[in-house]
Amino acid sequence: MKPIIYLRCFKGIVLREALRFFHQKERFFSALVRPLVWLGIFAAGFRSVLGVAIIPPYETYIPYEVYIAPGLIAMIQLFNGMQSSLSMVYDREMGSMKTMLVSPIPRWFLLISKLLAGVFVSILQVYAFLIIASFWEIIPPIAGYFTILPALIFTGLMLGSLGMFLSSAIKQLENFAGVMNFVIFPMFFASSALYPLWKIEETSEWLYYVCFYNPFTYAVESIRFSLYSQFNFEYTAGIVIFTVIFLILSILGYDPARGSLQKKGGS
Amino acid sequence: MSTALQIKNVSHKFGEFKALKNVSIKIDSGDFTVLLGLNGAGKTTLYSLITRLYNNNSGSIKIHNFDVREKSSDALKNIGVVFQQPTLDLDLSVEENLHYHSSLHGLSFGDAKERIEEEIQRIDLIEKLKNKVRSLSGGQRRRVEIARSLLHKPKLLLLDEPTVGLDIGSRQMILKHVKSLCKRGDLAVLWATHLIDEIDKGEKVVIIHKGEIVESGDVIKIVKKTKQKNIRDAFNKLVGVKV
Repeated sequence: MKPIIYLRCFKGIVLREALRFFHQKERFFSALVRPLVWLGIFAAGFRSVLGVAIIPPYETYIPYEVYIAPGLIAMIQLFNGMQSSLSMVYDREMGSMKTMLVSPIPRWFLLISKLLAGVFVSILQVYAFLIIASFWEIIPPIAGYFTILPALIFTGLMLGSLGMFLSSAIKQLENFAGVMNFVIFPMFFASSALYPLWKIEETSEWLYYVCFYNPFTYAVESIRFSLYSQFNFEYTAGIVIFTVIFLILSILGYDPARGSLQKKGGS
Repeated sequence: MSTALQIKNVSHKFGEFKALKNVSIKIDSGDFTVLLGLNGAGKTTLYSLITRLYNNNSGSIKIHNFDVREKSSDALKNIGVVFQQPTLDLDLSVEENLHYHSSLHGLSFGDAKERIEEEIQRIDLIEKLKNKVRSLSGGQRRRVEIARSLLHKPKLLLLDEPTVGLDIGSRQMILKHVKSLCKRGDLAVLWATHLIDEIDKGEKVVIIHKGEIVESGDVIKIVKKTKQKNIRDAFNKLVGVKV
């Protein structure tokens, strides 16, 4: 199959996702309201309770709002990743996923295209959030607005592929709500999104290790460093490894001959 | 005449339940074949195997000589599908839906535009091209799905109970339209249904019951063989339905 065929297919999938996003304005607003509630209410309440020491990449004491901003950006991507996989479960139940899966283009390519389309949408949401967050004086260096982009692509891919893997393993839409509770909230709270890891270590060592190995921590920290135009090899490598694992699992999950679709599809 | 679809000895089970038992079907180009069976007979399972939504572990399925397991890309290129459940994106316009499908088959924007106009005119819905799918009636949505399934010029069209839930007028219009497509000669159609009144004399019928092909051939031949008055009685006799 010629490369141009793949390119047209990719363009079509991204365009569809973008059109759906712009047609569903409430989805855009709810994606923004969620982190803004955390920023405007939660952070305001906690800023006096929690003191944040000077930790890289910050060079000075920072307000709590500034600390949690990368966590909220990762939260936007986490929700977006889960929402797009939720739509895959919905599409599969409702049938529209079938039209994609019967395309002659290899399934792995279709799934990666769908994933990248979701990442594209999440990046639009993140930049909209960053603009609004500037009113809370969350203003990274100008270069940070550009250097965050590659990090957002990688973290979006990681969280999207996790969602895709979950969607391949879930039979029904009803089950997905449970997984959201068991995945989104534990991932978000057991991470460095709301409090630095050293603070968690002071309280509980085992919880520290849970947070340390949580893929979401890698997403948060990678975004945090890139927002200040710094590169952290450890977190980036972690994201790449997690992305590859989740991606392989989801592609296998959607492979009719091997994955969970095979289990659902019988033999 | 070339063979559009050749299914040989395909069986399939879900756990212990045998959904298909040693199914074999052959359809030539230009044929309009009805796959007739009650709900739960195995029609949708068979379609899922042909389109590779499920994996066939036994027997073989070939579309224009391309095995769906070994040459799935070449096989899928030749298939157009209308699924039992509606699969259009309700929040997108008819045109956006059709362009999306074209891109899934690698068509260029120009080619896609030309074919969309051609197919949408054929189903007489050109004025609805910019409308959201949500605003269309059930019958119109089905016609759009048929138009969509033909955009990449497939050689085999699979329709899984496409008229379920539609009024009589829409049913007849869709049926007439699909039958007319076969007359071009290069397109074969497999039309799954449980509605016997969709079958005309002289058409080919494959009767499936509890996962098995219980009879296949011309309507007249089946009626004669079962010594019944019409295809309805023949079907009832073959699947053991008491009226």
